[in-house]
Amino acid sequence: MSLTSPTIDFSSPQERHDRLTVAEPLALDCGVSLPSYIVAYRTYGALNAARSNAVLVCHALSGDQYAGPETHPVTGKTGWWTTVIGPGKVLDTERYFIVCANVLGGCMGSTGPMEVNPATGKPWGLTFPVITIADMVRAQVKLIDHLGIDTLFCVIGGSMGAMQVLEWTASYPNRVFSAVPIAGAARHSAQNIAFHEVGRQAIMADPDWNNGDYYASGRGPERGLSVARMAAHITYLSEQALHRKFGRNLQDRRKVTYGFDADFQVESYLRHQGNIFVERFDANSYLYITRACDYFDLAAEHGGSLASALRDTKARFCLISFTSDWLYPTPESKAIVHALNAVTANVSFVEIATDKGHDAFLLDEPEFFATLRGFLDGCARHRGLAVP
Amino acid sequence: MSADGGTVAAASSLRADLQLVAAMIPNGSRVLDVGCGEGELLAHLARSKGVDARGMELSQSGVNACVRHGLSVIQGDADHDLQDYPSASFDYVVLSQTLQATYRPRLVLENLVRIGRRAIVSFPNFGHWRMRLGLMLDGRMPRTPFLAYSWYDTPNIHFCTVMDFVALCDDLDVTVERSLTLDRHGRPFRLNPRAGLANLLAEQALFLLRRDRTS
Repeated sequence: MSLTSPTIDFSSPQERHDRLTVAEPLALDCGVSLPSYIVAYRTYGALNAARSNAVLVCHALSGDQYAGPETHPVTGKTGWWTTVIGPGKVLDTERYFIVCANVLGGCMGSTGPMEVNPATGKPWGLTFPVITIADMVRAQVKLIDHLGIDTLFCVIGGSMGAMQVLEWTASYPNRVFSAVPIAGAARHSAQNIAFHEVGRQAIMADPDWNNGDYYASGRGPERGLSVARMAAHITYLSEQALHRKFGRNLQDRRKVTYGFDADFQVESYLRHQGNIFVERFDANSYLYITRACDYFDLAAEHGGSLASALRDTKARFCLISFTSDWLYPTPESKAIVHALNAVTANVSFVEIATDKGHDAFLLDEPEFFATLRGFLDGCARHRGLAVP
Repeated sequence: MSADGGTVAAASSLRADLQLVAAMIPNGSRVLDVGCGEGELLAHLARSKGVDARGMELSQSGVNACVRHGLSVIQGDADHDLQDYPSASFDYVVLSQTLQATYRPRLVLENLVRIGRRAIVSFPNFGHWRMRLGLMLDGRMPRTPFLAYSWYDTPNIHFCTVMDFVALCDDLDVTVERSLTLDRHGRPFRLNPRAGLANLLAEQALFLLRRDRTS
């Protein structure tokens, strides 16, 4: 479980992310082995003497390691989960040591298609091997080892983060004390694969994509990636939420223009979402990470039985879904609950009533926060951590 | 019954019938409370008896309240969600005042004694004299202070009497280890539940059950 020769590279002046370089091979599910790799990460709070208060936050498809209360070095905005992480928040940085790592295949410092392949001295591009959720978790395990943490107090994440949480509990059952898969699923549905394929095809249809070889040209497939993000963003919301926010309201005009400008506010909003996304996300990363989600099927990894996959888990689970989430709807969480019941795991399951859709886990949802807080406080008592 | 934000009911304020249930459960047991409401019984068992307490509850508000208080509770219902649990996975499975609201009480009862080494079941007695008198004298579906619903809005769709329940237990080869007949406030009578008088006087009944396994 120990690393051969881990080094943290904070030194390079052009490198702004905290990075762990793992100088040992990573055998991937696809059969390829990465000779070495980098895990970029952030931590918040302090590890206690007993090393029992560490929380691993797993980010979603378009997220990164900047989850907490700080300024993102690329976007200049605050971290993506400051509704939950911070002093006095549910994931209280004064009680917990919070770790968040950029996933393998990502584009915020971890090894991925936009990073340089040490063997060629050029960006990987499409020569980067296809990675899986399990591969992402394997890379995280090395980071957790490096940080000197044996058992994580909690592994928590929404959407693709929930998949990583489940993978942790299935593959490292003794290293997770509590697990919170939010708005997730044990496998990607046909509908989810379909939406991802639309996104990938939008990227690949952009001439600037150039078969993934665009890093030297100075011009990436921004239009394609933007369209991918626009389509995906719709799936993160709900019909009610879109209607409540925008209705059929017009954007800075009193009449429709009989053209293809963004007449409607909802069009303008989606275009904006697409435009800001391309400033911080790599199109090839988007291809690889969506693929990793599509391939995720925890039961299939374990002979077709989800209960078998979760048989050895010792973790206390809290599954959370949202009523208006049609991307990872409640039945997906309930299927996991049923499997956990079948192995008599300690499991709580709460469905939060909200019209905010899949993205509700990123937003201000008091009932969601109260659920998380109650569950984590209960776990903290069982873990022997002080509860305020 | 505490609502959101409040604390789970203290032991002293635990409903009388739930206190009788709690008294049947030894320290350190593993307990599943089916239809656990806002977790009053579970919180009491976890706190005062060191019980590994789990719950299942149909109402979302009840589930959320339980999890907010650190209890391990899932949303589910007795009719559909008991079948996933393996046999003998709990020491005690509790079904309190819920059997009459299930679609398939016979299957539910079979699941309770399968999942639990013992099952504790309580239910309102439709054989109580007020019920009988109400139907006989008024010719209307009975309503009592304990069961105040009208026929068209009651969640209680499968009423039984104490004698009906005992007969179903016999039918399913379920052994009655203990039984209590109670008044509306949960105070016990000393009456044999197989006796006609118990069926006439009890407003509710509480049974400790087990089914001996051949294998």
